[in-house]
Amino acid sequence: MKTAIAFWNILAKDMRNYYLKPPNISWGIIFPFAWMLMFFLKSQTPLDVRAVLPGVMAMSILFGTTSMLAVTITFERRSRSFDRLLLAPISLTWLMLAKTLGAILFGIVNAFVPVLIALFFINLADISWGVVFLSVLLIAVTSTLLGLFIAVSVSEVFEAQTFSNFFRFPMVFLCGLFIPVSQLPQFLQPLSYAIPLTYGADLLKTGINQDGHILVGISFLVLLAFTVILFLISRRNIQHRWIY
Amino acid sequence: MIKEILKAENLTKTFGDFVAVDRLSFAVHKGEIFGFLGPNGAGKTTTINMLTGLARPTAGSIFFDGTDYTGRRKKAQEIIGIVPDESNLYEEMDGFENLCFCAALYGLRKAEREQQARRLLEQFNLSEAGHKPYKSYSKGMKRKLTIAAGIIHQPAILFLDEPTTGIDVASARQIRALIRSLNEGGTTIFMTTHYIEEAERLCHRIAFIVRGRIVRTGEIGELMADAQKDQILQFSFAGDVKLERIEADFQRHFGHCRLHHWTGSIYRVHSAMPLDLMPFISFFDARAIKVMEAKIVHPSLEEIFVRITGIEQEVMKKEKEGRKK
Repeated sequence: MKTAIAFWNILAKDMRNYYLKPPNISWGIIFPFAWMLMFFLKSQTPLDVRAVLPGVMAMSILFGTTSMLAVTITFERRSRSFDRLLLAPISLTWLMLAKTLGAILFGIVNAFVPVLIALFFINLADISWGVVFLSVLLIAVTSTLLGLFIAVSVSEVFEAQTFSNFFRFPMVFLCGLFIPVSQLPQFLQPLSYAIPLTYGADLLKTGINQDGHILVGISFLVLLAFTVILFLISRRNIQHRWIY
Repeated sequence: MIKEILKAENLTKTFGDFVAVDRLSFAVHKGEIFGFLGPNGAGKTTTINMLTGLARPTAGSIFFDGTDYTGRRKKAQEIIGIVPDESNLYEEMDGFENLCFCAALYGLRKAEREQQARRLLEQFNLSEAGHKPYKSYSKGMKRKLTIAAGIIHQPAILFLDEPTTGIDVASARQIRALIRSLNEGGTTIFMTTHYIEEAERLCHRIAFIVRGRIVRTGEIGELMADAQKDQILQFSFAGDVKLERIEADFQRHFGHCRLHHWTGSIYRVHSAMPLDLMPFISFFDARAIKVMEAKIVHPSLEEIFVRITGIEQEVMKKEKEGRKK
């Protein structure tokens, strides 16, 4: 019960202090909106909106979650308020879950902003909502954990931003959203399959346009494996770097 | 019978080849204020971090209330309170919200944490500021609220790391009064400080730590009694005095005394026997050394600290000036 109280209050505090602040709400709306608008202006038919929707959704989650978690944790580390959490009698696993859940929820909400915008232009009735929701959730979880990995690796807020981009931009181009993996140079293709976004984006494509090329079950299992591995690495890094 | 609320046995922390804390053993008694004194880099913060669970001991054991908590830091954190050397509450929240949040981290239910937060705000004279943002607080107010956050779950022992560093004199006085009243209310306090006078005023017992090792532990009275066996005279001279030129002559006249440079143009004479000022003034006068001021000195805890730790007076002065800045 004590753990549940601490967990809920850490999550509620993060939501209030960071994720529900006007600048972040506007980021959550403007970022996907800007991407949608860009593709909409470029596209010739309403069908193109549907084609670009998985990409915009995946990018909204990736950029939203990694930025927010890496920056908020680095900020709390700098002000030493994160030490307060490490000194509280809540296990590191629960603390990490509480800190990441806020960013995961933020990512999920971000993902559905482009869906809402798209609804004004196209009919989404035939979408596999189960697969879409599962892929959004798993992209949000893996991206958040990537943000946590970044947060543990840096000590300054600006480093968190630049280090995030070091991962994010290559991922966007390698994950098959804009250039199909099969059309990438041979030497880049293995790299493509080594990043979680490839599987998340493929799940989204399957859910929205039924044109993914990896089996849903395989993508799901690979993303679960990424979740566990990233969580364990981040946990180990926190134990070694912050509880020295 | 004295009850030990905290006991450290051979506590050690190494970073590669560097030994930051070297086999520390000490006990804190229930109901006391235990001072942990040492120069910068002596290992005070590393020790406090090991005791509170922010650092893992390389070796040694930690007992709280007779139970071994080594390797069970989360269990230990339920019964201890921590006030770090920098106020680290949340700038975006007000005082009341900060206290409620800290109480929630210890699993207190809503009604209980709100009641505790209100009580502490009142006790710490922060009721009016309770609903103002924490970022608008003065340093002294921030420090008070951080202490309140440290005791909101009513810990068995409170760790205070440099409680008055970086705050103004009036706030420091208030905080010292607060520490005293918390202790009178039954809270055991483990405190690190740079300020020797503060330790002298507040602590019941003190441990001196130098280069990761405890060099002396005792009650203030015991430590002072040792030093007061010495008689000390202090002379302030005009101009530059070369001690080497008169040292041999001085020793011939006052064989039972030891003359040494204290700081600037101030020199001190130590002896185990009672001393009179006049023969010394005459001695210096006869050698054309102008005495500007002469007085009998009663050793302070700072002098005992200097003697025990071997830290130079000039270094102490620089440390103090650095802290004021």
